[in-house]
Amino acid sequence: MPERPRIRSLPIPRTPADPGFWRSPVRGARFTAVLGLVLLVGLTLLFVTGLLSYAAYNPDLNRVNDKTPGKGLLGFYLFSWPTGPHWLYRLTQGLHVTAGIVLVPVLLAKLWSVIPRFFALPPVRSVGHALERLSLLLLVGGALFQFVTGLLNIQLDYLFPGSFYTLHFYGAWVFLAGFLTHTVLKTPQAVRALRDGLPRGGPDVLAAPDPLPATLSRRGALALVGAGSLLLLITSAGRSFDGTPRRIALLTPRGGTDPGPGPNAFQVNKTATAVRIRPADTGENWRLTVRGPAGEFRLSRAELLAMEQHTAHLPIACVEGWSTSDQQWRGVRLADLAALAGYPDRPPGVFVESLQRRGSFRKAALRDNQVRDGRSLLALRVNGAPLSPDHGYPARIIVPAAPGVLNTKWVETLTFGEL
Amino acid sequence: MSTRAVPPPPPSRRSRLSPRRLYGEGPLHSVLLAATFCLAGYAGVRLLDGDTAGVLLWFAGSAVLHDMVLLPVYAGADRALRAALGPRTALVNFVRVPAFLSVLLLLIWFPLIARRTERRYEAAAGTTPDVYLGNWLLITGVLFALSALWLLVRALRSRAGRRSDTKVRSSAPH
Repeated sequence: MPERPRIRSLPIPRTPADPGFWRSPVRGARFTAVLGLVLLVGLTLLFVTGLLSYAAYNPDLNRVNDKTPGKGLLGFYLFSWPTGPHWLYRLTQGLHVTAGIVLVPVLLAKLWSVIPRFFALPPVRSVGHALERLSLLLLVGGALFQFVTGLLNIQLDYLFPGSFYTLHFYGAWVFLAGFLTHTVLKTPQAVRALRDGLPRGGPDVLAAPDPLPATLSRRGALALVGAGSLLLLITSAGRSFDGTPRRIALLTPRGGTDPGPGPNAFQVNKTATAVRIRPADTGENWRLTVRGPAGEFRLSRAELLAMEQHTAHLPIACVEGWSTSDQQWRGVRLADLAALAGYPDRPPGVFVESLQRRGSFRKAALRDNQVRDGRSLLALRVNGAPLSPDHGYPARIIVPAAPGVLNTKWVETLTFGEL
Repeated sequence: MSTRAVPPPPPSRRSRLSPRRLYGEGPLHSVLLAATFCLAGYAGVRLLDGDTAGVLLWFAGSAVLHDMVLLPVYAGADRALRAALGPRTALVNFVRVPAFLSVLLLLIWFPLIARRTERRYEAAAGTTPDVYLGNWLLITGVLFALSALWLLVRALRSRAGRRSDTKVRSSAPH
């Protein structure tokens, strides 16, 4: 084996502004182009599924559903959230959060690959260049802001300065501004770098002019990023299913285990004790109040059980990205309760109030299409057993394709009518 | 850059301060950036409505913290690893790959692993997040074990390969 060259004495210290400071042989236009195109697809998916999640709350229906009432034109796209397919929100929000987790190594690698440009001199060549660099702050700051707030929120670590809904929604739009510009300006270059090998009309400014000997090929570096994404996928994706897949999801909120044995042993969002539900509130004296043009009715759990019972197989899907498999719910159709309240056909929406003393979404509004769906129930039983306290005993709402928090637990009042 | 593909353009006869020259980019660029800042401004005033300083700090701070702290720290750790292994550069990836994957998991799931929100998690889910530190250590252990196994297999195969090489060569006709 030939003798390796000895490590030379240290050269004159270089600053990060000097292209020779950056010596990894991995950096280069093609490496950045691959990561950039993955992010182009991935971040577009995150943005679109994020907008869908906001629409899924039906924020324009009633202010109790809307955490960003000052949205103005940014709500231009809102539409009535459908009730089918019943796994719609489970899919869109599972994709949003899981893809976000999986894209972290891609984002970090992309930022690493272009870091020499951050320090490049002169910092500003012209007014246009200065504005473009400012737009990059929107892009990079926006992307990191969105990833950090999202990852902290799903871990319930509310360090960020304000309401998650507000920060993540408006933050997404600020990010989008930088993202669109960067996409228009750079995608042609990225495609060209992948097709022809090099950027047009000049040297590869992303590649190190004085690279160290390679310890990892560019392909190897991409494989490492891919391995990071794959590991995150394997340890996270199972949180959208019950049983074995969740047990495989070893490192993610709501991963690893289901809560306890029995028919009610599926994921809970907010336990009864956490929102101050007292046993006295949900005991024999509990009554459901139903209001509408026909008047106000008070029904006991036994009276509700005596009404016509229907079955629906529906999941719980949380904005935090986790969900359960379909559970077998049994209870009274919301449409039947609307008929009792004075809407025998084509019922309107309903305003739902919970017994819970604290926590957001104690009150929620459901749209007419949600009330009219035959699978929308005031559920009394699940998987063949009465609801457990944590799943909303004595009665809870369950609506196909709706975000988890709109499936109000410990229901006290239903008011049918214009919202 | 030491060599330039294109020589600098000859000085223009027009004024040096023409708007085109001052802006330095084409008209599409200016329109695009105008649209960008309109949208960013419209969403930005809503984003900043509330804890303005806090949000600005988080927004710009996340970029600064990444570029000036996180990236230098992990690049420095990689350099330290290479220095520690010295001339045995072939070993770098057997440490680098499992370490990268383990630190990536720690970076993303730090609040969960460090049980920063244990009480809130239990109140919300009814289960304990106590398991995640153990799970992270388990995954890290498995990653390093797989890496060590791979190194071992490679070493054994290269030794076996060398032995059969010598055998073949010694019996080959000259």
